[in-house]
Amino acid sequence: MKLFVCVNQVPDTETRVKVAQDGKTIDRSEINLILNPYDEFAVEAALQIKDKTASEVTFVSVGGDSNKEVIRKALAMGGDKGMLIKSDAVGDSLTVASSIAAALKDTGADIIFFGKQSIDYDSAATGTMVAEMLGLPSATVVVKLDLDPGARKITCEREIEGGRETVELTLPCVITAQKGLNDPRYPSLKGIMAAKSKPIQEIAAGPVEAFTEVVAMRKPPAKQPGRILGSDKSAVPELVRLLHEEAKVI
Amino acid sequence: MKILAFAEQRGGKFKKVAFEVVHAAKKLAEEFGGESVALVIGKDIHDIAPQVGGYGIHKAIVAEDNRLEFYSTTAYSKIVAEVARSLSADVVIISASAMGKDLAPRVAAKLNAGMASDCIDIRRDGESLVATRPVYAGKALIDLVIKSPIGVFTLRPNVFSPGIPDATIASVDKLAVNLTNSDFSSKVTSVSVTKAGRPDLTEAEIIVSGGRGLGGPDNFKMIESCADVLGAAVGASRAVVDAGWRPHEDQVGQTGKTVSPSLYVAVAISGAIQHLAGMSSSKYIVAINKDKDAPIFQVADYGIVGDAFEIVPELTEQMKKVLGKE
Repeated sequence: MKLFVCVNQVPDTETRVKVAQDGKTIDRSEINLILNPYDEFAVEAALQIKDKTASEVTFVSVGGDSNKEVIRKALAMGGDKGMLIKSDAVGDSLTVASSIAAALKDTGADIIFFGKQSIDYDSAATGTMVAEMLGLPSATVVVKLDLDPGARKITCEREIEGGRETVELTLPCVITAQKGLNDPRYPSLKGIMAAKSKPIQEIAAGPVEAFTEVVAMRKPPAKQPGRILGSDKSAVPELVRLLHEEAKVI
Repeated sequence: MKILAFAEQRGGKFKKVAFEVVHAAKKLAEEFGGESVALVIGKDIHDIAPQVGGYGIHKAIVAEDNRLEFYSTTAYSKIVAEVARSLSADVVIISASAMGKDLAPRVAAKLNAGMASDCIDIRRDGESLVATRPVYAGKALIDLVIKSPIGVFTLRPNVFSPGIPDATIASVDKLAVNLTNSDFSSKVTSVSVTKAGRPDLTEAEIIVSGGRGLGGPDNFKMIESCADVLGAAVGASRAVVDAGWRPHEDQVGQTGKTVSPSLYVAVAISGAIQHLAGMSSSKYIVAINKDKDAPIFQVADYGIVGDAFEIVPELTEQMKKVLGKE
């Protein structure tokens, strides 16, 4: 199997977002960058296939040199090599997807994995766009995955409101991973050492034009701390009254 | 301006988000002096399609086929893109539901269109259409404009009003569905319900969530009882999910669900920044926590600083009284 996992670098979940001077992006000073959490499930899904079926796993990222850090992080978990699609352009899901689709078009990929969304822009779009651009079937927000390598078929489950859909698709295809799909392995010390000598190919992204433009970024209106109604169950009747009469939500 | 609204149905019934999308499309068309059309895809749906009229769109296009009973990313997106092209639509609006989040990026890629996901507002500003959407799980908001000739927008569920329906019946145009087997290269074969009886977090009007302060999975029974009295969904903090007390689909926060209910009750949740990001757009927030310095009180409208094991059962009882469920 030829497996690709697209990985992204994002600010960690503890980040306190500050709007940068330009009023359109976040202030990136003092930000700790990590491998996008959902991508870890995608990495693990590919590595589990490689554990069972002879496979080559390549981690792909679009961005600047610092994206090599997340490729190395994934390589420390396992897999064979990395691919950095170098781009300094301010893009959006469609431009990132174009770059990935162009780079993977003729690679003979069997499965291209993504996290279900990046936790920075939260668009949950790139994976599906790549599938469309390459003319491949896809399943998104996948929480269970069964691959039949012989039949080149995947049966998986994706999360929907209050339930799951079972999706059938044939290889080659795109899968986006949701938390719950697996328990990502921790990189071993040996894995971290080995990752240092695994190759990362660098290619230049073609020129892309974003069709979306951020005109302003701001913090959401701060909530005013509300009322503390008490310190034991004697406060409950007042809480219920307020919810019923003032907030009118019950 | 011509707007195409995708009206989502499952099992022959419209989802509430369908009417949110229809009503938003209708309002936007009015702002721009344009026209809006609804698209319904599925099996045996021509009887329900006229309902969109009550929410403001007077023309529905129906793509009906037995093979469209369940969602297929490939087949549904082909139909949406073809209809958008044939109408020369300027805007396609889809819910940011599980189906819409999967469908919209494919449609955008087919139409080579810019996309704005999970919008909480779309409005006219001069001659432009400006969308507002949360990023970083709601830690910031962005305003964006789309520069391609056609734009695809998905709307966060539970944020846009479906309006108050009137008795208007929409006219129905049946689309000749022209799909081959290859259009179903990815298809849903069955749907299972995991949480019978309780609403989904992203659709719920009320959510009762529990955190690590509850001490263990068995103590969620108290949360569930309270939720059931309110007809609420049950949520959980990341710590609780990572500890295996609750399934991951219950997680609220940056690596879980982002929710916007009318009422969010946070029980024994301290309020880590990644949790607050996922729920602070709730209309009203109640916090019950024994630590008076817990960050959750900074966003709560009403708080009780005390022992959840004493307060929650009392809250459940009092709610029963108010709601006449004794």
